[in-house]
Amino acid sequence: MEHTAQHTDVPALKNTETAIATEQLNVYYGDFLALRGVNMAIPERKVTALIGPSGCGKSTLIRCFNRLNDLIDSFHLDGRVTYYGQDLYQDVDAVQVRRRIGMVFQQPNPFPKSIYDNIAFGARATGLKTDLDALVERSLKRSALWEEVKDKLKTNGLSLSGGQQQRLCIARAISTQPDVVLMDEPCSSLDPISTLKIESLIRELAEEYTIIIVTHNMQQAARMADYTAFFNAEATEDGKRSGYLVEFAPTQKIFDQPAQEATRNYVNGQFG
Amino acid sequence: MASSTSSPKGKPIEARSQRSQWSDRSFTWLTRILAFGVAAVLVFIGVQVAIDAMPAIRRYGLEFLVTSSWNPVDDAYGALPMIYGTLVSSLIALVLAVPIGVGTALFLSEDFLPRPVRTVLSFMVEMLAAIPSVVYGIWGIFVLIPFLDPIGGWLHQNLGWIPLFGTTYRGPGMLPAALVLTVMILPIITAIARDSLISLPPALRQAALGMGATRWTAIFRVLIPAAFSGIVGGTMLALGRAMGETMAVTMLIGNSNDLNVSILAPANTVASLLANQFAEAGDLQIAALMYAGLVLFGLTLVVNILAEMIVQRVNVYK
Repeated sequence: MEHTAQHTDVPALKNTETAIATEQLNVYYGDFLALRGVNMAIPERKVTALIGPSGCGKSTLIRCFNRLNDLIDSFHLDGRVTYYGQDLYQDVDAVQVRRRIGMVFQQPNPFPKSIYDNIAFGARATGLKTDLDALVERSLKRSALWEEVKDKLKTNGLSLSGGQQQRLCIARAISTQPDVVLMDEPCSSLDPISTLKIESLIRELAEEYTIIIVTHNMQQAARMADYTAFFNAEATEDGKRSGYLVEFAPTQKIFDQPAQEATRNYVNGQFG
Repeated sequence: MASSTSSPKGKPIEARSQRSQWSDRSFTWLTRILAFGVAAVLVFIGVQVAIDAMPAIRRYGLEFLVTSSWNPVDDAYGALPMIYGTLVSSLIALVLAVPIGVGTALFLSEDFLPRPVRTVLSFMVEMLAAIPSVVYGIWGIFVLIPFLDPIGGWLHQNLGWIPLFGTTYRGPGMLPAALVLTVMILPIITAIARDSLISLPPALRQAALGMGATRWTAIFRVLIPAAFSGIVGGTMLALGRAMGETMAVTMLIGNSNDLNVSILAPANTVASLLANQFAEAGDLQIAALMYAGLVLFGLTLVVNILAEMIVQRVNVYK
């Protein structure tokens, strides 16, 4: 299949380095091309939102960034995914990749362990020699959960509410001091108040971390993202949907003066 | 039943019909009777065994549990060797079967092999449970006991100073019986451990790997702890099975009513004792056997209660 020319102008990066970049990235599940021809340069210490209709490959893309797609047998890709210039798929241990690039999932997925052990897990698993008590306190404070749980660190993480569980998962993800935090629709199962808490938390985290967030919620992207990438999907001959990047630009530009007609229609709610 | 096809707005919604209410109630009662019936069978068996054991309970009291003569001629009965044999054979089987079973379950629940191969392997492990125990017994007599001959001899010769290997290997005895029990309980442990590992949410593994954990860490720090209550439950079920297993054990254990610490020597279990002696037992002997049966009943009950307590305590999802 010939890759149609796409408008993928990388945002002008003023004084910011590129954390993660893709070059002509094609992602396949077996023979099925799930995502094609993605060229992106994601700036460090910014919030980058990936938006687009269902099936456009947003989640597939961020799972390439921490090599979580490796768990799927039929997955393979061509093109390049780089992390500060280094190819993530060339002679790199996936385990080490995931220590630099953390992830928060759509459904809160704390371990069925105590709140304390959830946070301490990363340090224990990676053999980090550190003061665990301090680490737990620091991570929970950072994710704005400390005040709510400081008196019950020994209780099971699953006993928390959904929004608290998600903040616990964020605390867990940042406990190992990654450079990049990937978030796959982190608010989609949460109520509006929890969502706002997590959004403001993400804004704060962007001071230290590169945040890449997949979201279905355009207002969410507009509220918190510095850059927004719009993905779309088109039907292939065999009726499946293949995703591609339509436009990647500063969030304000995507919402106010998108370069592409499809982007304009999507952000105005005319399809999707 | 009065049900009209058109239901105009404002028309009152009918009450549930008499007939439906009647069938609801009958079904509730039917299931209630069945549930209590099953419990009643258990109680009935327990009470009946206890009543039949009364003469022996009155005569020997608790001494029955700690004395080790079994002599129908003098009417001297003590079940210590059989209780000991039951516990030790089951314990050996458990100690061997748990690591093998949990290891097998882990292997079958991970993606080390293509799915079709795993399915066939799982099926074959579960097929072990379908082999009749008398076949295990015959296999033990004709294959395992001769096979163990050099091993038993070596153990006694080199490690004979340990009481566990303190006698010469004479064929039927604790060791072959315990090994066959191991094979027999393996499918229970494997199947239940595998099911509890497979039914863990995939999000759990992704969370662990996403944190930069290796597969080792994910398995030992997250997956096994999360599946622990299932694994313990399966283990306890297997223990119950091992303690009650009769045919294969009686064919292999040597049926000696003397207490011997050596696992190379013949021994006996409660279940095996009952199977061997009921046919020719006199009055008081029957009562003594019933008493032994009651003790076995009690042992399995204790094991099951313990299992339930452990499962409750370690249930991580509570």
